[in-house]
Amino acid sequence: MGSITLQRVNKAFGDLTVIPAIDLEIADGEFAVFVGPSGCGKSTLLRLIAGLEDVTSGAILIDGKDTTALPPARRGLSMVFQSYALYPHMSVRANIAFPLKMARLPAAEIEAKVQAAARTLNLTDYLDRKPRQLSGGQRQRVAIGRAIVRQPEAFLFDEPLSNLDAALRVQMRLEISELHQALGTTMIYVTHDQVEAMTMADKIVVLNRGNIEQVGSPLDLYRRPDNLFVAGFIGSPKMNFITGPVAAGLDCHTLGVRPEHIAVSTGGGLWTGTVGVAEHLGSDTYLHIHTENLGTLTVRAGGEIMLGHGDTVGLTPDMANLHKFDDKGRAIR
Amino acid sequence: MARHVSTRRRWFVTVIAWAIGLLMFFPILWTFITSFKTEGEAVASPPSFLFFQWTLENYVEVQRRSDYFRHFSNSVFISFGSTLIGLVIAVPAAWAMAFQPGKHTKDLLMWMLSTKMMPAVGVLVPIYLIFRDLGLLDSRVGLTVILTLIDLPIIIWMLYTYFKEIPVDILEAARMDGAGLWNEILYVLTPMAVPGIASTLLLNIILAWNEAFWTLNLSAAKAAPLTTFIASYSSPEGLFYAKLSAASTMAIAPILILGWFSQKQLVRGLTFGAVK
Repeated sequence: MGSITLQRVNKAFGDLTVIPAIDLEIADGEFAVFVGPSGCGKSTLLRLIAGLEDVTSGAILIDGKDTTALPPARRGLSMVFQSYALYPHMSVRANIAFPLKMARLPAAEIEAKVQAAARTLNLTDYLDRKPRQLSGGQRQRVAIGRAIVRQPEAFLFDEPLSNLDAALRVQMRLEISELHQALGTTMIYVTHDQVEAMTMADKIVVLNRGNIEQVGSPLDLYRRPDNLFVAGFIGSPKMNFITGPVAAGLDCHTLGVRPEHIAVSTGGGLWTGTVGVAEHLGSDTYLHIHTENLGTLTVRAGGEIMLGHGDTVGLTPDMANLHKFDDKGRAIR
Repeated sequence: MARHVSTRRRWFVTVIAWAIGLLMFFPILWTFITSFKTEGEAVASPPSFLFFQWTLENYVEVQRRSDYFRHFSNSVFISFGSTLIGLVIAVPAAWAMAFQPGKHTKDLLMWMLSTKMMPAVGVLVPIYLIFRDLGLLDSRVGLTVILTLIDLPIIIWMLYTYFKEIPVDILEAARMDGAGLWNEILYVLTPMAVPGIASTLLLNIILAWNEAFWTLNLSAAKAAPLTTFIASYSSPEGLFYAKLSAASTMAIAPILILGWFSQKQLVRGLTFGAVK
């Protein structure tokens, strides 16, 4: 089936190295998410796996076979693009049928598979429309239909939800996760949104400037970030970083505390501060608290807490959930 | 909300547009009318506009003297032939430049365009000698070759611009869907570029049809197209305005009709991609 292995994969455009020698193993049936800020090389990495870019050196193995020199058409992968990349001159039916037509399947079999894919994605009523007559969500479904119809070794998703509005994004996120459970096919999903990464992934690959910062399950990365970058990138709101005497007192250069690991009280507490902005979300309240020698800290408190601008509060960090980093930003364990 | 345009203003604009249109069309109209006059009437002063003895004698005379249909078929052969060969060469070339650009693609494009800036006379002698040695003088094949060569930069440039408008994602999607290079060009690129290809085709046929420098210099009798046909009626001392007009009308009529029926396609192609 579809395991994917990268061996010392390196990519340079001229003198500019975008990806320096990466090793990565994605197991068959796994949902892997490449996440990182824009320009971190996650899309380039996906395009290298797809074969849309040539690797400068290294090898890409799909299902144990070396595919480094194969053109994209012969790697047995399907891809969903950020722009959907539907064929504008073809109907939905012809769009979904295109990979099968390229594989020279008999017409009756193509029609049966297109119908099945359309049923899975609720597109049966739209088969004769052109892409321009569809909404964004429907176009996205057609793109997914085109990808699933020929049962590939693995699916590649390149930021597929970033053109959708927030509500639709949540819904499509669920649909893709359900699709993964139903098909059991390997999926690689590229996003800059750590919420998508956390909610969908079996395995998250955090990338920064072409380097893999850490690979692990969502909760691994949340509980045990290897370095400052991962600690700051995973989790919302962001982890608080504290330097100076307080950190030094705990034998580290930087001390990291997640907003949900600080308790607020109206008096007492280990640290004190005043509330700047209180963001009430209903279920939670995010408090931005100015302190004298720790800077501004974000604290996640209960939804019903009634604190507002200017209130003085006491703060107590959960000592079991502190993250310590050395002066190079690496975690101390 | 739509902008309100008053009726008076609309009338005014319409009248101006018609006036400019007529002004531009007038020389062709005048040539057309003159072609039905006798030679005497053609030079009469003041000139008569519509009220004269209409006659077809010029057309009969022109056909008798210089066989319009032979020139016409040469023109068709040369303009269509050079355009089709040009397209066959230019589609892959433009594909490569638009979607697989190298370090020097831009330089190459500029160099090709720069050849159009060069005065044709500058290379007339070498090309004439080459044609003489290859036995291509006064042959339809020779003229087709030279017109293909001189119009190729324009065809490639036009196609390149149209291809650039096609999102590369869609071609990549075709590659991921298992399409090889040929299927990608056949099923995805070409259907999406049809307006661009059509307008390139039309424009180039018109350019080749009207090309006079090379066709006049490299042909004599056998392969002579309509440009030579017209030129043979313009003489410094002769007073054959009516016959010259008849010859001109016959020479431009086919391309005028082609242009008339394809003007929608032409305009669409020339503004392709200008508005997203």
